[in-house]
Amino acid sequence: MTMIETDTSSVPARILQSPKHWRNRKAASHWRSGDEEFDASKFGMWLFLSTEVLLFAGIFCGYAVFRLLYPEAWANGSHYLDWRFGAANTAVLLLSSWTAANAVRLAQLDKQFWFKVNLVITIVCALLFLFIKLKFEYMLKLPAGKAPGTFFSYPMAHDPHEPLWWSLYYVGTGIHAFHVIIGAIIFAVVLWRAVRYQSYGPTQYTLVENSALYWHIVDLIWIFLFPLLYLIH
Amino acid sequence: MSTLDAHAHHDEGSYLSGPPGMMARIWQWATTVDHKKIGVMYLFAVLTMFFIGGMAAMAVRYDLLDPIRTQTVETLNAAGDLETTTITTGESLKEIMSGLGMGSNLTESQIYNRTFTLHGAVMVFMFIVPSIPASLGNFFLPIMLGAKDVAFPRLNLMSWYIYVFGCLFGIMSILLGGVDTGWTFYTPYSTSTDADHWRVVLMVMAAFILGFSSILTGLNFVVTVHKLRAPGMGWFDMPLMIWALYATSIIQVLATPVIGITLLLLVFERLMHIGIFDPAMGGDPVLYQHFFWFYSHPVVYVMILPAMGIISEILAVHSRKHIFGYRAIAFSSLGIAGVSFLVWGHHIFTAMGELAAILFSGLTFLVAIPTAIKVFNWIATLYKGSIVINTSMCYALMFLFTFSIGGLTGLPLATLATDLHLHDSYYVVAHFHYVMMGGTVIAFMGGIHHWWPKMFGKMFNEKGAMLGMALVFIGFNVTFFTQFFLGTQGMPRRYANYVDEFQTLHEISTYGSWILLAGFLVHLVVFVVSLLAGKKAPANPWGGLTLEWECESPPIEHNFHHEPIVKHGPYDFETVVPPHCDPKEFPLPENGGNH
Repeated sequence: MTMIETDTSSVPARILQSPKHWRNRKAASHWRSGDEEFDASKFGMWLFLSTEVLLFAGIFCGYAVFRLLYPEAWANGSHYLDWRFGAANTAVLLLSSWTAANAVRLAQLDKQFWFKVNLVITIVCALLFLFIKLKFEYMLKLPAGKAPGTFFSYPMAHDPHEPLWWSLYYVGTGIHAFHVIIGAIIFAVVLWRAVRYQSYGPTQYTLVENSALYWHIVDLIWIFLFPLLYLIH
Repeated sequence: MSTLDAHAHHDEGSYLSGPPGMMARIWQWATTVDHKKIGVMYLFAVLTMFFIGGMAAMAVRYDLLDPIRTQTVETLNAAGDLETTTITTGESLKEIMSGLGMGSNLTESQIYNRTFTLHGAVMVFMFIVPSIPASLGNFFLPIMLGAKDVAFPRLNLMSWYIYVFGCLFGIMSILLGGVDTGWTFYTPYSTSTDADHWRVVLMVMAAFILGFSSILTGLNFVVTVHKLRAPGMGWFDMPLMIWALYATSIIQVLATPVIGITLLLLVFERLMHIGIFDPAMGGDPVLYQHFFWFYSHPVVYVMILPAMGIISEILAVHSRKHIFGYRAIAFSSLGIAGVSFLVWGHHIFTAMGELAAILFSGLTFLVAIPTAIKVFNWIATLYKGSIVINTSMCYALMFLFTFSIGGLTGLPLATLATDLHLHDSYYVVAHFHYVMMGGTVIAFMGGIHHWWPKMFGKMFNEKGAMLGMALVFIGFNVTFFTQFFLGTQGMPRRYANYVDEFQTLHEISTYGSWILLAGFLVHLVVFVVSLLAGKKAPANPWGGLTLEWECESPPIEHNFHHEPIVKHGPYDFETVVPPHCDPKEFPLPENGGNH
């Protein structure tokens, strides 16, 4: 393993000697080297991301079909959404994607403090996204009767197919929000291991890289959901 | 990752050896990340599901032995008056259930509907999709590549647990009374039937969960093939089994997420009435069918491609001949995987416009090309080979016969004009079973016999296995060939009852299913006897050249004592003496194989 010279005098021995510290971690023995293991993990992650794209493809496909069938309902539907909340959430996710990418770079450079700071910002952004989604969107719309399917009871609806719009809105954003929750949990695990063991550094950052990749796809899916739901009339 | 390392402690003993004590052994297997143990656990699990699905099939055939008939009989009672009584015959499943003390107020037809759904759902989602890749694939893919394990061993174990968890959901649904939607869960029936009950949701969630297991296995295999080939093994030095598994894995990764979102929407539809598939709310049930078949058509190639891989191995090894057209077979696997994504529409010809139907029909014919390439190459491989007639070879030859019938009978179904007559008839049932059972299950049986000595280190009784094979061959053809006639004569699928004219053919088909069952029971006995009292297997009983024959039988924990270096092709029987073999027993051909 390459030795990387950094000042470790301030790090407690408990962390430096932990087998989970990045300097002490080794590739599993069925790999010829840590590099190969890293490449394979990343390749596996890309394959997983392709499954995510195909999962959401179902939602987008449903959106397209019903948009063609019921353009009126779709136009009305997007008028009910406030683009400012969507835009705010887009900004929040873009910021978190940037901090997630930063975290990878900082782990590679062994800047443990700023690495953790960026992880914290990413997690906070994820929670902020969920907060805006729940507080200013779901919580305002559901009591007003803008609910999916048969729960729809909004009295001012103009088009009989508006319940379908809300079904796709809640299913699409709901499954996306579920992915945001999963992402926050994964980053929390990374943060915990970074704090407790300093598990990530220049030679060991697979999980950080893969979490960031996952986070980017969650971000990217939102980048498609936002205009389709909020902006196109 | 040292603390979680699969192979941190070197163990040169067989992978089957373990710590003393029953509980310690169970714990060792339950927490193992060894691909071989996981493969064996998968083998056990899928064969259990095969048994459950098979029993349901036997029940379906038993119901159809005679039709349900109600007769009014007039008799004289003691007082001398005429009395009319109604006698119902042919309620076979009701009789069995009351005989088992499970009296039910369902009608015979309702029980039948639940039974064939149980058969379909268990066989498709829990048996045949994971069957070959997850069991034999898990065991042999890393060994054939010369690797110590799959790329992600813990993910591999997780996918087994997810599989078992999914099966438990399905079994729970069955124990609560089962579902009668058919394995396809077509809307709006699946969203409205048994509306007050959780059974359908449980079965749909089972399929959803099993999808995760399938994706994880596929993902693991793709990465393993890319990253863990032994030194010297280029892409075209890989055994054809690996090519087949690779193509399978690509389909698993790319198609399964679509069924994931479809089944999720179905669950939402049932629980929250979101209306996407409900015509009453403006939704589109045909959209469900498009989504469903976008997965479920590619997935039939998940079922058949690994079988084709096994056939390539068996035919080459047991005829001691270089495989004919290696690259053609390898690329046709990828070709089938590619085309598989473009043909889902042939399941729903009548639900779309004429142009779309014509396009899907044309694309469907394309599948025949790579499939025929494979069959011709296999036959050319046999030509002038030193064919050894043993159980696995017989299964491979049986595959060529039954699978070809299955494939060729698919062409009239892809033709729009004939399909109008044949669709949803027993012809489709027979075609499907000739491909899935006559293809996949037969190849799976061949593969199990081919690799049994390697997996468990024991030989099996060849005569007993041949007897089982013969019974399976006869039983299978008697059961399903009759169904081609039933279908062309107009017997619709999924019916519990039929007109009198069909009874003879239905009877023959049911008798065939009993022969088939007898065949599998013989195999079961042979396997159990082999495990308990089998002769110790040599490392290379058939003279194979792929890497699994270089390790011991059964393989050691790490598969190989040293990392293998690949110096010859997987089928160079004309120029290489097989490892661990007496050259007198497996001589090289005198003319160097140039026939």
